Amino acid sequence: MMYNNEHFEPVITPNVSKPGCETIDFYIKNEDGYKALEKALKMKPAEVVDEVKKSNLRGRGGAGFPTGMKWSFMPPNPVDGQGNPKPKYLVCNADEGEPGTFKDRLIFTKTPHRMIEGMIIGGHAIGSNKGFIYVRGEWFKECRLMQKAIDDAYAKGFLGKNILGSGFNFDLVIYKGAGAYICGEETALLNSLEGKRGEPRLKPPFPAQVGAYGMPSCVNNVETFAAVPYILHKGWEKYAKMGTERSGGTRMIGVSGHVHKPGVYELPMNLSINEIIEIAGGVKGGKLKAVIPGGASAPMLKASECTVLTDYDSLAKAGTMAGSGGIIVMNDTVCIPEATYTLLKFYEHESCGQCSQCREGSHWLARMFKRILDGGGTQDDLDYIAKICGNMAGQTICAFADAVTGPALSSVRKFRSEFEELILRGGLKGINREESVSHKMGGAHV
Amino acid sequence: MALAEKIKKTLDGIRHQFPTEQALLIPALHEVQNEYGWVSIDNMKDIGEFLHLPLSKVREVASFYTMFKLEKQGQVDLQICTNISCWLNGADKLVACAKRKLHVENGETTKDGKFTLTQVECLASCGTAPALMLNEDYYENVDEALLEKIIDDATKDLAAGKVVGKSTRQEGMWL
Repeated sequence: MMYNNEHFEPVITPNVSKPGCETIDFYIKNEDGYKALEKALKMKPAEVVDEVKKSNLRGRGGAGFPTGMKWSFMPPNPVDGQGNPKPKYLVCNADEGEPGTFKDRLIFTKTPHRMIEGMIIGGHAIGSNKGFIYVRGEWFKECRLMQKAIDDAYAKGFLGKNILGSGFNFDLVIYKGAGAYICGEETALLNSLEGKRGEPRLKPPFPAQVGAYGMPSCVNNVETFAAVPYILHKGWEKYAKMGTERSGGTRMIGVSGHVHKPGVYELPMNLSINEIIEIAGGVKGGKLKAVIPGGASAPMLKASECTVLTDYDSLAKAGTMAGSGGIIVMNDTVCIPEATYTLLKFYEHESCGQCSQCREGSHWLARMFKRILDGGGTQDDLDYIAKICGNMAGQTICAFADAVTGPALSSVRKFRSEFEELILRGGLKGINREESVSHKMGGAHV
Repeated sequence: MALAEKIKKTLDGIRHQFPTEQALLIPALHEVQNEYGWVSIDNMKDIGEFLHLPLSKVREVASFYTMFKLEKQGQVDLQICTNISCWLNGADKLVACAKRKLHVENGETTKDGKFTLTQVECLASCGTAPALMLNEDYYENVDEALLEKIIDDATKDLAAGKVVGKSTRQEGMWL
């Protein structure tokens, strides 16, 4: 299919449908594997950082922070109080848990060496000799596949001591989380990596000063690392040209929900949401009603708003966010208050409980939505929801509270008439629908 | 009682990878969870002793993470994702089907101690929704017929004394 973008070519997924694509031999033979590393190791670290800066690569984990800039924040020669040099750590965030996002899992299972190569290059660029891959706890199989890939890379001399004769050493270690969504937040991840509760830290100090184990650290997403070899191998111009003015390259978009062909698609950023839904086979089971464009935390869009392009800036302008690239499509059979409640229940369960606004607010919101669904809601509730959200967003240590208000506030604002109908008719039973999922969840973290 | 020798061996094997001893706490809890199916207070004490951590530190971590079960579980943890993409694709029907078949409510264990039914949050397989996990193994694009087969097969395997839902586990590796 032509994407109306002459510069586009897949950066991460050119071969993911071919058998054996996850092996190191395939990667070296068919994808110029570890060529970029060879090139990077001959460059000075600052030059590598510069290449990545010029490529306009932005972090693919959700916040979209420019990667080259993040790398340049790392102190060149950190020392401790006694003047001894401190180690620096490179951390890969593979705690993919945002509902609607499943791109990193594809990279893990289909092209792990691309990510490993990206990490080694990243280690060279920031002057780190040790990398940690923090993987979500549920990925047993994926972890083991990644460990196999790391072992293979060691065997070929791409990891370990004196890599490719350059004198650069780099070790890679996998660490597994244990089922906490909040550990996708970078400072919570660092705490978890230290064997502690995954509670976000106050910033500053930023991880570039005090990160994992108290040392300067840099945390990037799986997809971000997987894009790095291409940038070094084919040159930053080529990567930058594929994207928009302020954001280079392609994006891995996971389309799920009511579409005929759900899955991960690597696409240029100048496509509208409607076009992406077409690529994913179109809406199934009815007409398009609403779309969540960037993982569950992104505010919803109405069908009429889906002409918006999917680059970071266009989505931000439309009042939502590109987030982690998970597009969730809902057709007109979906009851929006019920769908939103499904998400709020998740947030209620996953709030780490550190900040009162988030701990209490997420519970309140979930309970209010439940009350509306059960037929006990009042018109005042809708204004009160907005008020609670106002007291949460921007008031806490991390962005989790903002993430909770994304779906809550946007659903009430954009689909208010549905809420009003539920309130008038006495809940889901009043509109001839039983609630479909038992809303009893396991215990919360608090 | 001290921590089982094989768990100690696994932990000692990865000790050099981490700058602090506390970093081994989550691996230790994973190992205990795998070995016994849940994490008891006695296990926590043993871990604390081995890693030189107070019980409070071990417990605050064990209680934070959903994957560490602080109560006895069934031999098979049937975890059905009910988050948005799976819900849009009929996870509710799967939950209802599992409840019917196992005669338990969400979060409960069957009387014979074989199955625990759990509703979990996003498993990052939204493109192949609905998804579920049987102990460590993923099943995707699940419908009611497949779910019934999964439960039947697991029942048979349990009766035959086989380990269920740990098809990729390697001995001595904590991951």
